[in-house]
Amino acid sequence: MDAIIENLPRFIDAFLVTVRLLVVSGIGALIIGTLIAGLRISPVPALRGFATVYTEVIRNTPLTLVLFFCAFVMPQLGVRLDYVVAATIGLTVYTSPFVAEAVRSGINGVSVGQSEAARAIGLRFGQTVGLVVLPQAIRMVIPPLINVLIALTKNTSVAAGFAVLELVAVSRQVIQFNGDATIPILVAVAAFYLLITVPLGQAANYLERRVRVLR
Amino acid sequence: MTSVLYDVPGPKTRRLSLLFSIIGGALILAGLIGIVVFLSLPRLNAAGVEQPGMFDPSRWDILADRAMWRSIWRGLSATLQMAGVAAVLALAVGVVLSMARTARSAFIRIPAIVVVEFFRGMPVLLMMLFILLVFSSGQFWAGVGALAVYNGAVIGEALRSGIASLPRGQGESGLAVGLTPLQVRFSIEYPQAFRQMLPIIIAQLVVLLKDTSLAYILGYQELLNIGLKQGPTTFGPTYLFTLFFVVWAVYLAVNLSLSAIARVVAKRTASGRGGGLKARRAARVVSQLAGAGMSGASTPLPVTGVRADPTAGGPPSADGDTH
Repeated sequence: MDAIIENLPRFIDAFLVTVRLLVVSGIGALIIGTLIAGLRISPVPALRGFATVYTEVIRNTPLTLVLFFCAFVMPQLGVRLDYVVAATIGLTVYTSPFVAEAVRSGINGVSVGQSEAARAIGLRFGQTVGLVVLPQAIRMVIPPLINVLIALTKNTSVAAGFAVLELVAVSRQVIQFNGDATIPILVAVAAFYLLITVPLGQAANYLERRVRVLR
Repeated sequence: MTSVLYDVPGPKTRRLSLLFSIIGGALILAGLIGIVVFLSLPRLNAAGVEQPGMFDPSRWDILADRAMWRSIWRGLSATLQMAGVAAVLALAVGVVLSMARTARSAFIRIPAIVVVEFFRGMPVLLMMLFILLVFSSGQFWAGVGALAVYNGAVIGEALRSGIASLPRGQGESGLAVGLTPLQVRFSIEYPQAFRQMLPIIIAQLVVLLKDTSLAYILGYQELLNIGLKQGPTTFGPTYLFTLFFVVWAVYLAVNLSLSAIARVVAKRTASGRGGGLKARRAARVVSQLAGAGMSGASTPLPVTGVRADPTAGGPPSADGDTH
């Protein structure tokens, strides 16, 4: 227990690094993912193809490999970034196809009658999507998106292997000097993660219930 | 090709779409060419010595080197070994957890719920670290243990929702003909739930395979470690870029073929039931779980999330192209 209290400032710093990774790459992934989802449903075949390939390739690549590229291969290509920035970019890229899939399945989940009706009164593709489908899709998309964010929270831990001092990396360092307190330290780190994931999960459950009432 | 979102295109739209396709394609192509040109520029290393560009033959001659492929194979087999052992254990853990979660006694059910939720909410890397440091089990078993527990919790949830989605009559009639509750579980409910959830389970196994690369951080000698950490030291640091592509291609090949199997299985189970609701549900669930490649899902999987399957009337591809 002493080891935790002594090192509390370090843990809090590390927690903030984790939160920063989560927030920045979460926002980035939401933006890129939505764009990709837009491409994926667009009427233009070339864009659809590009989005499909992007989604497939990234989704089947291990996150560790993506982060390895950002942290160790990019410098060899002459792009030298701070490790935190590299990890943020890696997490953003890795998360974006999952966001895209969540958004796309939300759009597919809006009942067919809605878009048929919109088309029947003469709305164009952009109007159908923008005015009728998306406003409904967003509601259905929020719970799965929160699940993606929860997964992202857990995935930030992978950055520990790539010179980013977030929770797991710091816990490893602290354990080196406090071998007798291994279990309490790891449990404390787990608690920090639960501090993010539990409220997010509650929010997802709450929103899911709200949405169901509304529909 | 057709979608409810837009009409079957007429001649004018087709021309416009073609135009956009060409513009879009050109932009993508320009981007790719830009990347290629950028990569092929020679660059200076830390010591200020000029290095050849990324497409210089001197960087790629390693592809003809048998020793390189041997070490990649060594890495791949270590990865597959870990994934295989972890997959078997994860299935076992999944069955046990789903049994516990559907137990009649609250003394078993509630702790099981807590355990499942806890394991699903923890980063796999943290669990690996825990097993490695607390049980000093060695890197292999630390990786296997964490992967088995985490994916076991996810698979357990899938099995539970599979059982929950069976018609009540299945279990009731089993009891009526005099089977014990345990016999009902194993000879009636699990075979059906397992079959129905097979696509999900395979999708989760892809996740498991991807996650074996986390063991690299612990120092386990798997594909990423052997290919990208040891490779450049044995064959020379200039080959890092090439080796990265080789490792990437190997991962993609393995994962994409597993995903393809999942798709075939999803279709199989689909046609086996006269293309009924269950089939479509399975296909949907694959798409959701494909998303759970990130598998963070803290809300219980499908059943509740399935809704009346709004895409049912949509284009047939809506379910099929989940990958």
